[in-house]
Amino acid sequence: MSAIDIEQNNQVLTAADGTPLRTALARATRRAKWRAFGLVLPLLLFVIVTFAVPIGQMLVNSFHNTAFSDNMPTLSAYLSENDISGVPDEAAFEALVTDLRLARENKTIGKVATRMNYEFSGSRSQFTGAARKAKKLEPPYKEALIKLDKDWEDPLLWNIMKRAANPVGASFYLAALDMEYDETGSIVRVPEKSRVYVPLFIRTLLLSGLIAGICLILAFPVAHLLATLPLRYSNLLMIFVLLPFWTSLLVRTTSWITLLQSQGVFNDLLVASGVINDDGRFQLMYNQAGTIIAMTHILLPFMVLPMYSVMKTIPPTYVRAARSLGASSWTAFWKVYFPQTIPGIGAGILLVFILAVGYYITPALVGGSSGQLISNEIARHMLSSLNWSLAAALGSVLLFIIILLYWLYDRLIGIDNMKLG
Amino acid sequence: MAKLPAYTTTGERIWHYTYLLICVLIFLFLIAPILVIIPLSFNAENYFSFTKEMLSFDPEGYSLRHYDRILTHGMANPDIPRDSVWWKDAWANAQWIHAAKNSVIIGVLATILATLLGTVAALGLSRPEMPFRRLIMGLLISPMIVPLIITATGLFFFYSKTGLAHTFPGIIMAHATLGIPFVIITVTATLVGFDHSLTRAALNLGASPVTVFREITLPLILPGVISGALFAFVTSFDEVVVVLFVAAYDQQTIPRQMWNGIREQISPTILAVATILVIFSIILLTTVELLRRRSERLRGISPA
Repeated sequence: MSAIDIEQNNQVLTAADGTPLRTALARATRRAKWRAFGLVLPLLLFVIVTFAVPIGQMLVNSFHNTAFSDNMPTLSAYLSENDISGVPDEAAFEALVTDLRLARENKTIGKVATRMNYEFSGSRSQFTGAARKAKKLEPPYKEALIKLDKDWEDPLLWNIMKRAANPVGASFYLAALDMEYDETGSIVRVPEKSRVYVPLFIRTLLLSGLIAGICLILAFPVAHLLATLPLRYSNLLMIFVLLPFWTSLLVRTTSWITLLQSQGVFNDLLVASGVINDDGRFQLMYNQAGTIIAMTHILLPFMVLPMYSVMKTIPPTYVRAARSLGASSWTAFWKVYFPQTIPGIGAGILLVFILAVGYYITPALVGGSSGQLISNEIARHMLSSLNWSLAAALGSVLLFIIILLYWLYDRLIGIDNMKLG
Repeated sequence: MAKLPAYTTTGERIWHYTYLLICVLIFLFLIAPILVIIPLSFNAENYFSFTKEMLSFDPEGYSLRHYDRILTHGMANPDIPRDSVWWKDAWANAQWIHAAKNSVIIGVLATILATLLGTVAALGLSRPEMPFRRLIMGLLISPMIVPLIITATGLFFFYSKTGLAHTFPGIIMAHATLGIPFVIITVTATLVGFDHSLTRAALNLGASPVTVFREITLPLILPGVISGALFAFVTSFDEVVVVLFVAAYDQQTIPRQMWNGIREQISPTILAVATILVIFSIILLTTVELLRRRSERLRGISPA
């Protein structure tokens, strides 16, 4: 661009090498675009490999499960080719016995039994038991198997097997939303007492909302004070906000356990000062109260910082002008100051809410059973019950909620405006 | 504190002091839990509250035994005299030291990776001609927003297919991804208001692009780069969910060891470790604060 030589006499302006200026400019812009993109490209590829692909993998796992179709090939082929309803005839049972023998030989029967047990409880022992005896079974297989376990003539089990024969299916999403297929194959909600995940999602959203609300109430005065004090005081007080922000999550959780457990500092203090007696110690840990208190403390800086940066930009003269025009201090605050803080409040609430919805560590350590959130259930299915597809489906639902909130945040505040410290 | 104007009514005066009291209480809520564990970690008893001896400042009530336990836990022969053999044993076998080594290795390498990639990308992202800026920025920041449990679940599936599970490179890459948003945010923040005529002047004077970056751009954005790196390091140093999901059993890190300790039976050793970590975070906070001021001074923003 630096060497553009404009020929005044010509109709078409050209660059030094004779190309028309318009083309040269377009080329230079294109090159600049590519140069900027080239700087971002390595990181983009890195994040795609270590972040986007894994999450895609999780999404795939939530509706794609080959445990049955891979290890029971004959029966899966039979079930997908023939349109059966209810309990099928001898041919299907023959395929079943062939596959049971195969799975027993390949030692994959455990996978099949576990997969079926997700949807048909008690079928684990039914499958492993049948596989163990499959070698000795004689035709007709239908009668032989039913003699082993009468569940083999349950049409519900055959419906489930028919669906599992197809590796792609929504059954884990249904489970994640407390729904199931009934005998006729239509989708119904599970009985009220076994609904687990929808109430847990609701609890997660309610607790996150509550925590965001408490954070707002606590952050507002602090942010206001920090924004109105002279810089030398506010920089000092800022440490109170930033130190928790920089302190390890586990350290802060440990502190709260130490403080609030029934033999902890807080209860000891109350007993020593005679407010409560020794039997009346408050149970503040290992329940919902623990989750709320600890998470409020942990997320409070995320509320204070965006509110502070917005309040910092509000000129103090506005409130003074309102007062001199005769407004009471409340009116001046409510009608003039408060509306200007709303962008900060919005940013803070959304950020805290987004972070709270996905919290795992703190509820797991201080939440007991009533303070668990949806993340804890995902972790349980990943690490102990090993129902990975269900964990992936629950994770996908959670991810959907987060993306929705993230989109909202971007629309209202803009991610480029996120600030740290 | 600024003086109240003369026209303040009595009611407003009362409200003003109540407001200050409320603020003090909230500051107390923020800081007290972190500070309270420091004296408790010197407790001579295996107890989580202040004992009578501690409250009367009796030296008997205080001890360093929980700090000692950080070293001796997991050692082969903790009871022999403390000579070079003992220290060698501690360095090789003590569980907390083993965890600290892993945390530092993972943290440093993840930080280097995140800072290098993140800084270069931030340079591209803050150019006005960058295409799809908003979309790409959204993707690069999202590891900070997406819950760790989801990232960890995805990584678990991905790593077990690619053989990265239970390996250090796997954990390091994952932690670098989690640190990248912080580097991007801090470096782009320093690039706001960056005077591009400086680089153009350097180019005009015949400097190569690499020289321009080294001599002009880097010194100016360095405070942002360093604080981004510190954020990335702390993120990795504090991260436990991904480690729980993708690391092998013997790949302990400090937060993972704390997590296990709190889950099984919380012991005062945890408080001693926590105290050390609090001191560590005070040092980090001070560094970042000094860097921020330096950056503002360099760019002439701060009124000082």
